[in-house]
Amino acid sequence: MTSTPPDPQLPADPEDTTPETQVPPRREFLKNAALFTGTVAALGGGLELLTRRPGAAAQAAPGELMAQARRPLGPYDTSEPITPYAQATTYNNFYEFGTGKDDPARLAGSLRTRPWTVLIDGEVRKPVRVDIDTLQSWFPLEDRIYRMRCVEGWSMVMPWLGFPLGALLRRIEPNSKAKYVQFTSLHDPKQFPGQRGDVLDWPYVEGLRLDEALHPLTFMAVGLHGRALPNQNGAPLRLVVPWKYGFKNIKSVVRITLTQKQPRTTWALAAPDEYGFYANVNPKVPHPRWSQATERRIGELRRRPTLPFNGYAEEVASLYKGMDLRRFF
Amino acid sequence: MGGLVPAAVLVLDAQMGALGANPIQRAILQTGLLALVLLILSLACTPLRTLTGWTWPARIRKALGLLTFFYAVLHFLLYLLDHGFTPAVVLEDVLERPFVTVGFAALVLMLPLALTSGRGAVRRLGFQRWQRLHQLVYVAAGLGVLHFWWGVKKDHTPPLIAALVVMVLFAVRLIRSRRARA
Repeated sequence: MTSTPPDPQLPADPEDTTPETQVPPRREFLKNAALFTGTVAALGGGLELLTRRPGAAAQAAPGELMAQARRPLGPYDTSEPITPYAQATTYNNFYEFGTGKDDPARLAGSLRTRPWTVLIDGEVRKPVRVDIDTLQSWFPLEDRIYRMRCVEGWSMVMPWLGFPLGALLRRIEPNSKAKYVQFTSLHDPKQFPGQRGDVLDWPYVEGLRLDEALHPLTFMAVGLHGRALPNQNGAPLRLVVPWKYGFKNIKSVVRITLTQKQPRTTWALAAPDEYGFYANVNPKVPHPRWSQATERRIGELRRRPTLPFNGYAEEVASLYKGMDLRRFF
Repeated sequence: MGGLVPAAVLVLDAQMGALGANPIQRAILQTGLLALVLLILSLACTPLRTLTGWTWPARIRKALGLLTFFYAVLHFLLYLLDHGFTPAVVLEDVLERPFVTVGFAALVLMLPLALTSGRGAVRRLGFQRWQRLHQLVYVAAGLGVLHFWWGVKKDHTPPLIAALVVMVLFAVRLIRSRRARA
């Protein structure tokens, strides 16, 4: 603003020329206008601050390229459209980073995935503590296009890169006492800000029955979309069991232990009436808060019916023959 | 007026795709939270006036109440959109899931309050009856907090904060009315 010198023709104070009676209404109006604007700004701004939770912005794909161009579809691959990288990496449940869907993408920079060792022990003939790069060099990396269904009622189609868990288990040779496989995530509040609170009992633990673990669909992923697995998606090593709800797919695994007893898994401990050990995708067994009959494929407006075992019934239903899946949910 | 800013921002965010991978779910959460925050603000008006002697909280109370209802309806419409406006699915949800039941009940309770928010309604009903009717807001607030609590998967800090604030506001009222009677 440039200031203009006062016009000598006019009296210095404008009030000198204004009749007394006109002053209060004009002042009153200005005061009210100011009050109104102030209230609008304060209330609007305050409400925004208190309640706004914008989604995470899409990012370019980082990480080194791990795979060649796609080969023809394999026997377990779905031909459904793949969820874009930007959405698969910004909409994540990874409570180690925080409970918000965008917390993992925002905070994943604090996780260091090299060096990284995985301990494989318990009821096995060849227990081993192995570096992640050595571990993945043991197997030819395969890609698998799997549906992923979250217990919250949304789903994605993920192009994973990795190796079947069965191949690893055969290598370390479970002994005759091994009945279950227990997985443990890294516990380090310095790298995982979400572990500084006690939202869940850390470390995150998941488990499978040995026959589930040996099933050819059960997969250990080290990559996504042909690139190294992004931290928010569970780098450097995560479990993928496509016929179960997403929370079974434990991320950032540091230990795999073969056990005689059924592992005490994190979500089943946190809310036993809501999250079971089996967690098979089942449209007929509702969650207390979410019907499981339908799901939203990320990127679509309309919900679609949820399929038993997430569409993998033909492959895995026989694992549960004779079991009441309402009881063993 | 200011209370509509978040709705405008929400529409803008939706236009720009800034609501993330699951925009409907994000919008549902945001409108729900807005409804609850506005409900709490409207409940804070009377204690604020009695404690400070200011008159402006009482003057904006009605606007806050109507904004609460606006966001609650928006929240419900987005929930209907999420379920493809399928009555059978919604009915099952309302009847079988306590979390949905209490949210729906809170919305239903707020409907008569929104309808009788005008000056004419006070005259028609008589102040006593109008006031009695509008005490339903306390029930709606309780149900709203419960709905928030049950809707959260694990981290209960935000609903706990909401519950504590509502309890403090109720306590102020209780103490006041005890004193007035004594």
